[in-house]
Amino acid sequence: MSKARLMQGNEACAEGAIAAGVRFFAGYPITPSTEIAETMAKLLPQYGGKFIQMEDEIGSMGAILGASLAGLKSMDATSGPGFSLKQELIGYAACAEIPCVLVNVQRVGPSTGQPTAPSQADVMQVRWGTHGDHPMIALAPWSVRETYDATVMAVNYSERFRTPVILLMDEIIGHLREKVELPDSVEVYERRKPKKTRAEGYEPYEPDEDLVPNVADFGKGYHIHVTGLLHDATGFPVGSPKVTEESIRRLHEKIARAGDEIIHTEEYFMEDAEYAVVAFGGTARTAYEAVRNAREAGKKVGLLRLMTIWPFADKVIEQLAAKVKGILVAELNYGQVVHEVRRAAQGKCLVELCGKYNMKSFEPKEIEAAIDEMCARRDA
Amino acid sequence: MRKQLRLSGSGGQGVITAAIIFAEAAVAEGKEAAQSQSYGPEARGGASKAEVIIDDAPIYHPHVEQPDIVLAMTQKAADKYYTDLKPDGLLVLDTDLVPEPPDFPNVIRIPITKLAVEQVGKSLFANIVALGAIAHLTGLVNFETVKESVAHRVPPHTVEQNMKALQTGWDAAAKK
Amino acid sequence: MERSYEKYFRQNRLPHLWCPGCGNGIVMKAIVQAIEKEGLNQDNTVIVSGIGCSSRASGYMDFDTLHTAHGRAIPFATGVKLANPELNVIVITGDGDCTAIGGNHFIHGCRRNVDLTVVLFDNNIYGMTGGQASPMTPTGKKATTAPYGSVDRPFNACDLAGAAGATYVARSTAFHVKHLTDMISGGIRNKGFSFIEAVVQCPTAYGRKNKMGSPADMLAWMRDNAVMKAAWDKMPEEQKTSEKFPIGVFLDSSYEDYGNAYEGLIQRIGGKKS
Repeated sequence: MSKARLMQGNEACAEGAIAAGVRFFAGYPITPSTEIAETMAKLLPQYGGKFIQMEDEIGSMGAILGASLAGLKSMDATSGPGFSLKQELIGYAACAEIPCVLVNVQRVGPSTGQPTAPSQADVMQVRWGTHGDHPMIALAPWSVRETYDATVMAVNYSERFRTPVILLMDEIIGHLREKVELPDSVEVYERRKPKKTRAEGYEPYEPDEDLVPNVADFGKGYHIHVTGLLHDATGFPVGSPKVTEESIRRLHEKIARAGDEIIHTEEYFMEDAEYAVVAFGGTARTAYEAVRNAREAGKKVGLLRLMTIWPFADKVIEQLAAKVKGILVAELNYGQVVHEVRRAAQGKCLVELCGKYNMKSFEPKEIEAAIDEMCARRDA
Repeated sequence: MRKQLRLSGSGGQGVITAAIIFAEAAVAEGKEAAQSQSYGPEARGGASKAEVIIDDAPIYHPHVEQPDIVLAMTQKAADKYYTDLKPDGLLVLDTDLVPEPPDFPNVIRIPITKLAVEQVGKSLFANIVALGAIAHLTGLVNFETVKESVAHRVPPHTVEQNMKALQTGWDAAAKK
Repeated sequence: MERSYEKYFRQNRLPHLWCPGCGNGIVMKAIVQAIEKEGLNQDNTVIVSGIGCSSRASGYMDFDTLHTAHGRAIPFATGVKLANPELNVIVITGDGDCTAIGGNHFIHGCRRNVDLTVVLFDNNIYGMTGGQASPMTPTGKKATTAPYGSVDRPFNACDLAGAAGATYVARSTAFHVKHLTDMISGGIRNKGFSFIEAVVQCPTAYGRKNKMGSPADMLAWMRDNAVMKAAWDKMPEEQKTSEKFPIGVFLDSSYEDYGNAYEGLIQRIGGKKS
């Protein structure tokens, strides 16, 4: 019998988290991410893990950071206003280098916005939402099956780099049910461990060769200190320009050094393409259909899908811009990724926005029309 | 063989559950399926719309563009959701809850909710009666598979009543 | 004289940053003496603090320590405790940290009865930011944001904790060191959410603004105005002036703690042991 089953994107996220070894989830109900918390509440105790519904969005973020420090892989999921409320502690996780995954199932904003309607307008908030300087990893799945994989990947990256990772979903994928077949097992990155004893001079924030520190879990006898103040290798705050500069640089470089390895993109219909559509998440599926229709009509158009949103796929876009006459960025917002594409394209080709922000997801014909308009303008 | 279905009504009528069961049955038969919905803030009342796409090939754009079948279980849903039906599509209406059928060439009226009350005992089963009718009218999945999907999804103590509801809907559509 | 508690401090992180005459060090010492008294394993004890003067204590204490964000110590501590129930978790917080920005976490921590021991250093003011009014600044007292005396009505944090569901509630002061240590010991022994309010003097901000004299004068004020609970209960109402306040154990009850209840849930549904 086939193991294929109908599954919702939010459920696939929870299943992926369990497979990746997440054993602690704290959350607060918010549409359209709630099914992730509901599924975790059901699954976690079956695996000996723990679920807690906290009193608010900030509390749930705090709880996962505490649980992560005490040794459990931890996750939280939210949407819209909840994501805004968690910003301070996302920054804390970045500064104190605490592995955790935060899922943001995007809905229409600003403010309470349109809770049940799809949007992709949190792209820039994901990158720049907290105060201060730190890098961010954000992954945007485009199918229920990929939501499972992306969640595993997010957990693995959070552990490997000891950093918060955002799973940037949208309502389209979060609430979509489709056929999936889940793997029997997945590759899991185990929590980093100290390489020295206290007697050998262990320092919790001493960077390893990959610039990531091997911070001990609580309760292992290391007596570590964790703080959101900028600190040196000992973990203790130091009010010096040198330590501050080194800390902030290392936070960036530990991710930058991984480089292309964590930047996942996919190309469709790109051979001999003269124009390209760039899209991500649920919108990329509609863009795929639009591009396929355009191809059938004899137009030389391809699709570049971004799965990793942050760090941004600068090199991929630069190469694409050198190859095509124009890039159309289709996104469910007033224009966010388009600015990054324009920056990365460095003026090598025309870059235009196909934006939408009226509660409705794209229809293929809308993107097809935008492709036609761009081609006409460029060729005129 | 892409088929696009839209099941609509008001919140609490169970159209989303019916759509999920239908999609599950298609998946059980190895087909591709994509099911989505839109709804208002109300848990009961308000507009509710569930969509299912069934295909042999992978489904990219996950929402219905032009439905082959629209089911409407309220007048409001009927008026709102039939307009983009394919010209040769089919509009299925609850006879009593849609007293003024929209002007569309191909309409089938089934007293779905009335049948649920009279044959199964509760209006609660109207969505499964509708599912039985839709299963018959589309012929996309085997009746036995739909039965299994219903049995899998509903609370165990209601399986018998749900089977009756499904059969009632199937039979009612067969007579049309 | 042997000072056995010194092993609980990170000697290389001392001296502390608190002002001369500040009461925070007294409470910090009372905490480690209670830890010693209760025989907690140093490797298995975690100190979690928020932000503010009091919360700097975690950095001086030789355990696994977590200096969190402002107001968020209790949620972090909740995560630590649930993730590893073997750990003894002690929370250090202040009146602003716990009852203002962290107020919601405080009452829900009490309600859930997570097995934490929360020690609130109550100096009646925001010390670290230079003396602004907190929700525990008494009405009429001065602060930089209450230059004409505070109009606000203050929280009684012990009443709040008890009403919200904490299973152990006590108060003491920096003057009553032995008593304070006992109060914290009782909190550590209680398996559930324990709350201890420790009244401390802030000579630099609160004391100076309110003309309370030297640190010694402020301690004398505690001596003169704190009333043991047994005496307080018998005290005629007219003697309970606005300055007087009771100290002692206000609540010591028994209710299953959250972590234990959740482990029970895992057992009940046949989940794998965590």
